[in-house]
Amino acid sequence: MNLYKYASPAVFYPLAGKMIPYFAIPATILFAAGLFVGFFIAPTDFQQGDAYRIMFIHVPAAWMGMFLYVLMAIYAGIGWAFNARLSSMMASSIAITGASFTAISLVTGAFWGKPTWGTWWVWDARMTSTLILLFLYAGFISLQAAIDDPRRADRAGAVLALVGVINVPIIYFSVQWWNTLHQGATIRILGKPSIAPPMLAAMLIMLAACWLYSIAVVLVRLRVIILEREQNAARFAEVNA
Amino acid sequence: MLRWIVWRDLMLAWRRRSDMLSTVFFFVIVVSLFPLGIGPELQLLRSIAPGVVWVAALLASMLSLGRLFANDYQDGTLEQLLLTPQPLYLVVAGKVLAHWIIAEVPLVLIAPLVGVQFDLSRETLWVLFVSLLVGTPILSLIGAVGAALTLGLRGGGVLISILILPLYIPALIFGAGAVEASIIGMTPAPHLYLLGAFAIVSLLFAPWAASAALRISLE
Repeated sequence: MNLYKYASPAVFYPLAGKMIPYFAIPATILFAAGLFVGFFIAPTDFQQGDAYRIMFIHVPAAWMGMFLYVLMAIYAGIGWAFNARLSSMMASSIAITGASFTAISLVTGAFWGKPTWGTWWVWDARMTSTLILLFLYAGFISLQAAIDDPRRADRAGAVLALVGVINVPIIYFSVQWWNTLHQGATIRILGKPSIAPPMLAAMLIMLAACWLYSIAVVLVRLRVIILEREQNAARFAEVNA
Repeated sequence: MLRWIVWRDLMLAWRRRSDMLSTVFFFVIVVSLFPLGIGPELQLLRSIAPGVVWVAALLASMLSLGRLFANDYQDGTLEQLLLTPQPLYLVVAGKVLAHWIIAEVPLVLIAPLVGVQFDLSRETLWVLFVSLLVGTPILSLIGAVGAALTLGLRGGGVLISILILPLYIPALIFGAGAVEASIIGMTPAPHLYLLGAFAIVSLLFAPWAASAALRISLE
């Protein structure tokens, strides 16, 4: 079997359509399971009460936001280096999902911060770098939106994403040093008391659900992008499949 | 080749001196607005001075970056430059160097004067000057990537700010951090070293990324 043929958007289009349910349905089941374990089985935290339960969406969303940026840069880089259209389309469709997860993690972080720390926002190193990550996503998305020629948009986005990936560690450490210089004691999110097994289970289930959801949504958006750019070829391939 | 590019850009800038001056005036006006908005208490002004001066420098460089490649792009010179046998890296490095001399060096020179408005001590003014001297090449270098990416796009001016300002954050943190360390009586050296390291990393990667972006924008 020749796997490389799936690098053609028109050939991948029907395959993506068949793959979506295999990710979407498990994602729904795992979301339900994760929420059940998170709300009903995981014990109440003795310090934070029930407010900590927002962690089950907050932590996976924050992780997804970071992973997806790196994944997006890798796809954009492959698309640029090997002139692979499908890879670049993947990068564009990942960007919006990644930005949404980053935004979710910021909003849920604020909701979590209000009852536990007494404030919606602190200039904590992690929160600040998540905010900057959201800015980087915004730059990528708005650059691609401003360019009419899709191939130029792909390549320009790749340059920006790769520059961003080199910069992310520098930004992260500079923000961390800045933070320790400005404030004496930083607030530690969960001072690492041994986390109860049901809590950990709920979080891992939610993380798996977020991954599957991301893949499903990215594939749906990818199909839309393929249709937009290569309408005729995609329709033809589906009819012949 | 490098010298020729720098010389040519400097000549062009000299013939349109008002562009150069407007960036400097923008910088001075933005910095002077803060005391008007916040109030004349010297204690408060002294503590916000590093951030205000540095943020104003970032914004001022946004203004001038649009012109980095745009004029050459419009009259077709840029395409000819791309066809020269010399590596594009050198062409871009030359243009960045010229941009730094035209747009950033005047800011670096005038910054100590602006700092006096904020009642900074003599040593702190000196640190402000050095931090800007080390840090502003970063603004030109990373800014060149943004200028190359947004070449000829509608709404390029706003777009370049969205792309580039987040990437400037380390320069802002270390640059303003050095000045602040000096205000509270600590040594600014660690911040300046980190700023220098960031400048060197930018010097390695940014002209290369900007040349790649130019090729993409011009094909």
